[in-house]
Amino acid sequence: MSRLQQELEAGRFVVTGEVGPPKGIDTHELDHELEHLKGKVVAINVTDIQSAVMRLGSLIVSEYLVRKGFEPVFQLTCRDRNRLALQTELISAAWVGIENVLCLTGDHQVLGDHKGAKGVFDLDSVSLLQTVNLLNSGKDLAGNDLQGVPKLFPGAVVAPGLEPMEPQVLKFEKKVAAGARFFQTQALYDPRQLEAFMKKVEHLKVPVMAGIVLLKNVGMAKFMNANVAGVFVPDHLIKEMADTPKKKLKAKSAEIGGRLVKEMKGMCQGIHLMPLGWTDIVPDVLAHAGLA
Amino acid sequence: MLVTEEKPVKEVLGALGADKKVFIVGCAGCPEGWETGGPAKVAALADQLRAKEKDVVGTTMIDFLCNKALVGLRLSRCLDALKAADAVLVVSCGVGVQATAAMVDRPCHPALNTISSAGFQGLWPSSERCGQCGECVLSSTGGICPITTCAKSLLNGSCGGSHEGTCEVEKHRPCGWFLIYERLKALGKLDDYKKIQAIRDHKKMDIPLKSRSTIRWALEAKQF
Repeated sequence: MSRLQQELEAGRFVVTGEVGPPKGIDTHELDHELEHLKGKVVAINVTDIQSAVMRLGSLIVSEYLVRKGFEPVFQLTCRDRNRLALQTELISAAWVGIENVLCLTGDHQVLGDHKGAKGVFDLDSVSLLQTVNLLNSGKDLAGNDLQGVPKLFPGAVVAPGLEPMEPQVLKFEKKVAAGARFFQTQALYDPRQLEAFMKKVEHLKVPVMAGIVLLKNVGMAKFMNANVAGVFVPDHLIKEMADTPKKKLKAKSAEIGGRLVKEMKGMCQGIHLMPLGWTDIVPDVLAHAGLA
Repeated sequence: MLVTEEKPVKEVLGALGADKKVFIVGCAGCPEGWETGGPAKVAALADQLRAKEKDVVGTTMIDFLCNKALVGLRLSRCLDALKAADAVLVVSCGVGVQATAAMVDRPCHPALNTISSAGFQGLWPSSERCGQCGECVLSSTGGICPITTCAKSLLNGSCGGSHEGTCEVEKHRPCGWFLIYERLKALGKLDDYKKIQAIRDHKKMDIPLKSRSTIRWALEAKQF
């Protein structure tokens, strides 16, 4: 059983981190990022062709993490693979010792850098969750028996900031019914959004980890507000970043991140930090939040 | 209606290459309605070709180039001009180009690009589209097709890119699952949203050979 599963099922508060594989085969930065997360988080998400931008694979980097002694959360999207490839990736992951898998539909290919690519979406996040549970039961989607059964721990995502909220709640329920055992949220900057959402799903008793993307600068905050569905950085945070000299932005980012963690940690069962490369300030974020 | 757009004249000329004598066939069906074809467009195209030193040996308009039997019948009345032509330019969807090419022994070139409308949608439909998936789920989606309204053809609800009723793919494009949610809510059937749909059988999208050659075509082509 993965440590993430143990911790969540024991009802303990959990912090996870995230790394994005590089576009290319130079993993020095990745190594550097991982060093900063050592001992600070229970598990580390490895994003899967995030934002539909072609890069090093999620499965192979997750396996790299296992070899280096980290616990990965293998992210798997439905955009680029049909049911044959998805099941193959899942049992391949299990074979190399990956246990946590985060099931996503995936951003549409037109949002990425290969806009003319064929989107697959043979399965979706819900049917992918079902598939993980089916494989865990020793069968594949065609009803065939597996030779050796995986024990994957399936999770899902939710975006509490999307309007209207009701379809998000309905889909959350659907994912739980399909076998999601934990949730990580899209980036949140307003604790009230999390509070309102948790009220709607608390009765389902599935652990939810609040997502926080560490703010790097004003431009990034504004970009997310304009382009990332359901992410809303409030004006007061943008002003706080704007009033900070460039050299002190990292410290400010850690301070804001820590404050958000502090505000949200009582509402959910964990925090999922998405540093987008700034893993070096993760220890400071946790210190500000009183979690270090 | 099949949706088409005009190819740039430069591309059409490139396709014609050294062929000088051109016969133009225009469809008076969908392209005329879509204003990418019809008599005026065909006449304008002929003028553009003449301006580029092409010899337009004839033009004809045919209602519904998708009707291959009709194409054959009507083109047989233009045999002399067709015989004189090096190439045929077809102002229609891809079906019409193929139907024409099946009837004449001249290279046929499309003047239009056919934009997918997820299969033929009748002669004059409105905004509703059928994905022709062979496994209709409309009874549990409020009568709105998720396959054609959702950019990802998702069967189990909106994705994380649906915000304030719009899709992540294109500004102002309605999220299909938002439309379904609103409709189900109005119908008092939101529980339907929670139904987990079975994964699709994509085999059903593959049209069997016997269905491609229609009975009608056999009746028209065979000598009884």
